[in-house]
This record gives sequence, structure tokens and C-alpha cells, in this order.
Amino acid sequence: MRPAHFLAASFFLAVATSPAIADANGMMLAQSCAGCHGQDGAGQGAVPDIRGYDREAFMRIWEGFRTDERPATIMNRIAPGFTEAEVAALADYFSSLE
Amino acid sequence: MTHLTRRAFGALLGAGAATLAAPGLLRAQTSGRLVIIGGGFGGASAARFARIHYPDVDVTLVEPQTSFVTCPYGNLILGGKRQLGDISHSYDGLRARGAEVIHDRATEIDAEGHRVALAGGQVLDYDKLIVSPGIGLRWNAIEGYDEAASEVFPHAWWGGDGSQITLLRAQLEALPEGGIVGLAIPDNPFRCPPGPYERISMIAHHLKQANPTAKILAFDAKEGFSKQGLFQDAWEELYGDMIEWVPGNADGRIVRVDVENKLFISEFGEEHRVDVGNVIPPQYAASIVRDAGLANDTGWVPVDSRSFEAAAARDIHVIGDANIAPPMPKSGYVANSTAKTAVTAALADMTGRPAWDDPVYFNTCYSHAGDNYAFSVAAVFRATDDGFANTPDSGGVSPRGPLSELARTRRLEARYADAWYDSITADMFS
Repeated sequence: MRPAHFLAASFFLAVATSPAIADANGMMLAQSCAGCHGQDGAGQGAVPDIRGYDREAFMRIWEGFRTDERPATIMNRIAPGFTEAEVAALADYFSSLE
Repeated sequence: MTHLTRRAFGALLGAGAATLAAPGLLRAQTSGRLVIIGGGFGGASAARFARIHYPDVDVTLVEPQTSFVTCPYGNLILGGKRQLGDISHSYDGLRARGAEVIHDRATEIDAEGHRVALAGGQVLDYDKLIVSPGIGLRWNAIEGYDEAASEVFPHAWWGGDGSQITLLRAQLEALPEGGIVGLAIPDNPFRCPPGPYERISMIAHHLKQANPTAKILAFDAKEGFSKQGLFQDAWEELYGDMIEWVPGNADGRIVRVDVENKLFISEFGEEHRVDVGNVIPPQYAASIVRDAGLANDTGWVPVDSRSFEAAAARDIHVIGDANIAPPMPKSGYVANSTAKTAVTAALADMTGRPAWDDPVYFNTCYSHAGDNYAFSVAAVFRATDDGFANTPDSGGVSPRGPLSELARTRRLEARYADAWYDSITADMFS
């Protein structure tokens, strides 16, 4: 399945099944990432592909950025700007992409 | 309020033009019609996002240029690192996604009648309107600096057809040996806060190779600027004493230009002769939204912080550089980020799909200072009840320090900057 179609489909599903406001937020939050990480997190040039990232690994690495323990040029400045729930929604979202 | 009444609007258009109307009427039944004015970072992002996530909504994008020339990376043309074709983007990708793209200029918004008139005579009906018109330049705010003067002292502060940035590049190539390049930089708020300083850097990058005894005099109406420490470190490390930045409190505010004699004249009457002059004039929102009565007396458009609906009109959402959204900068990334929230808010009623109640807005601006030498500012913003706010303890600029210690960071950020450009333009046009 093409990523764009998958994205659209998952969003509609999220809306239709409704406990899933968090999923919708994940999709909207992930829009912030698209400016550097490419469409659906597919990576762009030197910026890593984060599609299909393992959920727990995503959250662990994010925490490393947040605490500045993991080296980064910019993610260590971005990571502290999101709440725990938002990071979880992002992890859910990107881990759901293939 | 100066916005046109339905009657005045009709009279202005003439009875014949009004009957052309509404491509939406010719189509199959849809949830509604979204019209977007402006095909830049805000408008193109909005059109693409709407077509992907709301395929049952008619999307019409109105943009005069058949190819979009980005302001970001325009400075790299001055530095000899990019050509115009590298920063020009076709609207074919948006057409392929089902957006109707009309290359014409929107001339009037009838907020009450929910209609937009185009210069060519066409009238578009809308259910929701997103306007991302960019900036207008305040001609003659600097005495003597009008549109004709910009053919001598280019502003190169909008992409347009690419002629301004191309003119400035040609002038730099023709600069006499040891000549002087002058820049006049405005007070806040203006489009792309770090842009003038990246421009200084890229001009210096070109001159260092082509004309190493040339000088850059940067006259600023302000006493400080975005990423200042990082830029000034880079200038010293890379360009020695080629660049002189003159702040407002050292008589840096340029109030008059004389294009015939190639003079910049300061607030206190000092005349500076320049060989090449780049005047970045004071700005306001583009005329389409000012004429529609959507701007306040600052010349910019007040908007709701969660929907970007204009304070002065229902069903019109104003995004990008034209709105008032401090502390968010007037940047391409903010236009892209807020475009998506505006689409979601605008289409919520029409489609029955939820708006995003607790939106997060995002910005990253990279600046190139030389070869393999870039740095960034990042921020995460949130809507408040009366505007926008930085998320505490986050964001900020790249670390400062000697190049000997930070060469790898600067090199990586230069690569990430290039990736940003490709990524965000794909998010607009692919």
C-alpha cells in the first residue's frame, strides 16, 4: 500500500472508531515532523526514516533526546516541547506506518 | 469595516462576470468548496493536505505564478550554491491530487457573499476560504523606495517570477573590484527573521571567492536579530572584516534611498554610497486581505489561535506571513504547520470531522552561513485563549562555540537544512 493511501485510510478509521482521538492527534502531531523527516516519516536525504519505528524504541530514543543524553543537532531542542501523551501518540502513529 | 457588501461587489464585477461562477457547480456532489488564495508555503500545504485527508471536498487554489519560487534557499542563489530552477516548483503535483489550480490573481473577497473575484473576471463561490497571500511591501515607507526603485536596488524579498533574486545575483556578479554592497534591513515584524543575515552570509560567501576586497555594509533598523551570536561568530570565522553590521542605535536605520546616485540615507542624515543595494522594506499583509478589511491598523490580520479564522470575518482563515501570531515567526515552516490546523478547523463543520482542539505548531529555520556551515532555531508553539505561546523549556538555537569544536555539528546541520528544503517542498507540491 502506498504511504499516502495508508495515511488517509488510518485517519478515517481513527475517526470512525472514535475512542481514537489520540490517533487523530498522532496524525496531526506528526505533521510537524513532515517538514524534515519526509512524507509519513519516510526520511529525506540525511534525515532518518522513522516509519514503522518500534513504539517502545521510539519513546526511549525520544526520552534520550529530551534529557539530552542522546547526541543530536536539533532533536534535543524539539523533544522537550512535547508532552508524554503527545510522544506516545507520535510513537503509536509512526509505529503504525509501514 | 471596509469589506465590500454583496451589492457593491456585484456592481464592481458587472453583471456578466458574476454569471461565470463556481466550477464546483459543474462537479459531482461534494461536501463543499474550499477555495485557497495563494500557492506558497501556507496555501500549497493547505491544498495538498486537504486533498489527501478530505478527498470529498472540492479544492481550488488561486495563484498567479505558474511556478512557485521559494524565498527559502533564494539566498543560496546569491551565494552561487543554487540556480533558479532548483528553487522553482510546479503545481502539477497538486493538480494530480485533484486540486483545481487557477493561475490568476484574486482581486476581491466578498466575505458576506462568500465569493472571490479574480482579475480575469472569474468568480469563485466558496463555503470556506483559506487565504495565504504573503506580504505586501510598504512602498515609500523608506522615502524613494518604490516599485521602480526596486529595479535598481532589488528587495528580493518575495519569490514572484524569480526576477528580483536573479537581478540581485547579476548585480553582485558585476560588482566592481573592492565595491560596496549595502543592505537595508527593517524593524520587526517582517517575513523570515533570520533571512537578511543568511543573505549577508551568502553574499559574503560569493564575494570571498569572486571579489575578496569587497565590503558588505548591513544597515539595520534593529539592535538585535535572530540567531545573532551564531551569525556573528560565522562572519568572523569565515569572512574576517568583510561584513559590517550597523544596528539601529548606531544610526543603522535607513529612511531614504536615492537610486540615481546609489545612496542610502540614514535616520540622522548620513549618506552611504553603495555599488549594489539590497533594500528589504517594511512590510504588511498582502493587499487582498487588507482590502477585504481583514487586517487591523498594524496592517496584519488578527486570527483565532486554534482555527486561524480571521477576527473580522466568518469562514475566512488567514495563514502564513499575513497574520498576527507572535511569538511564532513569519516563516515557511510555520505557514506549513498552521495550514494543516486551519484546514482541519475550516472543514470540521462541513465534513463532520473533528477540529484539533489542542493544536501544536512547529517551526525550524535553518540558515546557511558558508560551505558545510549551517545552524538552526527550533520552537514548539501552542494556542492560548488570546494568542500563541512558546512551549516552556524547549526550542532554541544551535550551540555556539569555535568552529574547531563544532565543525561536525555545522556540517550536519547544513545537510539537514538541504533535507528540510526537499522535505517541506514535497509536503507542499508532491
